[in-house]
Amino acid sequence: MSILFFVLIALLGLGFFSLNIWKIRYNINLGKPEERSGDVGKRLKTMILVAFGQQKMFSRPIPALLHLCLYVAFVITQVELFEIFADGLTGEHRMFLNGLGGFYTFAISFIEILSVAAFFATVMFLARRNLLKLPRLNMKEMIGWPTKDANLILIFELILLVCIFTMNGADEVLLNRGASHAAMESGNSFGFSVSSFLGPLFFDGISTGNLHIVERIGWWGHLFMVLGFLNYLPYSKHFHILLAFPNTYYSNLEKKGKFNNMASVTKEVKLMMDPTADPYAVDPNAAPPSRFGAKDVTDLSWKNLMDAYTCTECGRCTSSCPANITGKLLSPRKIMMDTRDRLVELGESKRKNGIDHEDGKSLLGDYITEEELWACTSCNACVDECPVNIDPLTIIIDLRRFLVMEESKIPNELTGMLTNIENNGAPWQFSQNDRLNWANEE
Amino acid sequence: MNLHVPTMAEMKAKGENPEILFWVGCSGSFDDRAKKITKAVVKILNSCKVSFAVLGTEESCSGDPAKRAGNEFTYQMQAMMNIEVLNGYEVKKIVTACPHCFNTLKNEYPELGGNYEVVHHTQLIQDLINTGKLILENSESFKGKKITFHDPCYLGRANDVYEAPRQLIEKLDAELVEMKRCKSKGLCCGAGGAQMFKEAEKGNKEINIERTEDAVESAAEIIATGCPFCNTMMTDGIKNAEKEGQIKVLDVAELIANAAEL
Repeated sequence: MSILFFVLIALLGLGFFSLNIWKIRYNINLGKPEERSGDVGKRLKTMILVAFGQQKMFSRPIPALLHLCLYVAFVITQVELFEIFADGLTGEHRMFLNGLGGFYTFAISFIEILSVAAFFATVMFLARRNLLKLPRLNMKEMIGWPTKDANLILIFELILLVCIFTMNGADEVLLNRGASHAAMESGNSFGFSVSSFLGPLFFDGISTGNLHIVERIGWWGHLFMVLGFLNYLPYSKHFHILLAFPNTYYSNLEKKGKFNNMASVTKEVKLMMDPTADPYAVDPNAAPPSRFGAKDVTDLSWKNLMDAYTCTECGRCTSSCPANITGKLLSPRKIMMDTRDRLVELGESKRKNGIDHEDGKSLLGDYITEEELWACTSCNACVDECPVNIDPLTIIIDLRRFLVMEESKIPNELTGMLTNIENNGAPWQFSQNDRLNWANEE
Repeated sequence: MNLHVPTMAEMKAKGENPEILFWVGCSGSFDDRAKKITKAVVKILNSCKVSFAVLGTEESCSGDPAKRAGNEFTYQMQAMMNIEVLNGYEVKKIVTACPHCFNTLKNEYPELGGNYEVVHHTQLIQDLINTGKLILENSESFKGKKITFHDPCYLGRANDVYEAPRQLIEKLDAELVEMKRCKSKGLCCGAGGAQMFKEAEKGNKEINIERTEDAVESAAEIIATGCPFCNTMMTDGIKNAEKEGQIKVLDVAELIANAAEL
């Protein structure tokens, strides 16, 4: 009976998660193609250093250490999840115990120590957000759902940890009483590093019958939390725990200063500069004309969109942005959050109404304003800061390109600057013929 | 000392081909402050007898501000015209004192057909010192002076050049002091991304003032720069802080030329 229930719950959880992953894949694929293959060695190295090794986190050591506790605990705890699944599918209790013997105690003890560290880190994170009110975690784009999301994740983690200790602690006491279902000689102790103390401390006064129920609450609670958390991820900023890996693998490997040359523009400019070109010639292979720059998420590249889903809203980008530091409207984190929100909205409407459906809204205008875009100095601080190699700058530049090339919306002074470049080859009104005057001036 | 500034056209007429093209850039050509940096670079090139030339009136904006402002058309027109000129002179190596030109020529021209070895002037000067061509003999000019280096975004983060300018400062026998935000964490001066040519968006502070505060805090007597835009922004910031008497803003090339008594 409980096996059947287990299988049902697990299939439901995994199935719903797969559906959401499919939706996210669909959404990311709404982006334009961009070449990010090749250089496998270099890409793997980047992924191992930046995602797996969390290299970039360590420029801020305190959150880096706390985050490391959570990360390592999260990864290692999955070992225990294997056993939960094995037990759930077979109806056994602590299936790996006999096979592993002393190593089993060691492994679970190790997980428990990490879990204590993770518990501490989670409480610290909650405090940093809600008591210390760190500025970067409490900026205006964080008001409402983003803050709730962040706190929910931390609370889920606490519940998950409590479940682990409830399960193990109750079982320790049961084993001491010779009542555990584990295939171990009664009278012995599991000797788990933390729950062999916590168990007797909390559960000694509970009757054996009730304690079996408590142990099951811990076990099922753990399972429900894991499946629940898994299904919460696609709706949350916490999705970074999965996408950090592919996102860093597909990092930009070029110098950060290099902006892409728009091929569509190159074609036009070559035609303009070629006196033998036939302006009426039609290239039979030409793709239908697309817009210059980006107005909506579908004009961005798939990597920009993957970036948006990878963002965990830590705000390192924004806290290092010279525009934001000096009180301008621009926040690179908001650029990424807006991109994701818009993508989710558009993807939903396209799945409902067909791929060609337009909902009349766009990233530029409905989410991101011109003032934000014109505050950027293209300094790359946000790109450099991101612990998972997200690039808000290319989105900002692509939106600017649309504003300038499609809508001619550009600050007045910049119109003057561009006119000067076009007329006299310099951003200021100096004649090109005077370019060498400096050599003869005193 | 008279400057010797040959142009590519003159060299070509004589059937010569210089080893390096000195790309002066718009600031270096027209901005009064930046022209002094240009001259310092030429003095160094002259004294080391580097075979170089400039494009002179054949040079045109690299297109950086147009591209960063979102006008890819204007940028690519500039780029293609410049590439035509550069390729016409069979240019192989370019040095420039402007990190914006440096970045554009080095990273963005190749795809459009312009392939050159591009170096920043601090890298070239470092090379001249390392190969013994430029000797700073017992220079006392900056001995023991506290100098901080403000990293230009388009040299540092954009192209990972952090050491060349710092090593030059150390060659001066000066004390290199770092600002709290430096190297890859350096704060922008506020001029990049075409901001140089527009008013800042609404905020509560100018970026160059925020950055100047870092410099003042470092207790440096000289702010060394490697970019004409940064130079302007930091100079304005120092004026705003009314520290012109105590803190000077100088390009690394000016420091070196001064120390070498050129």
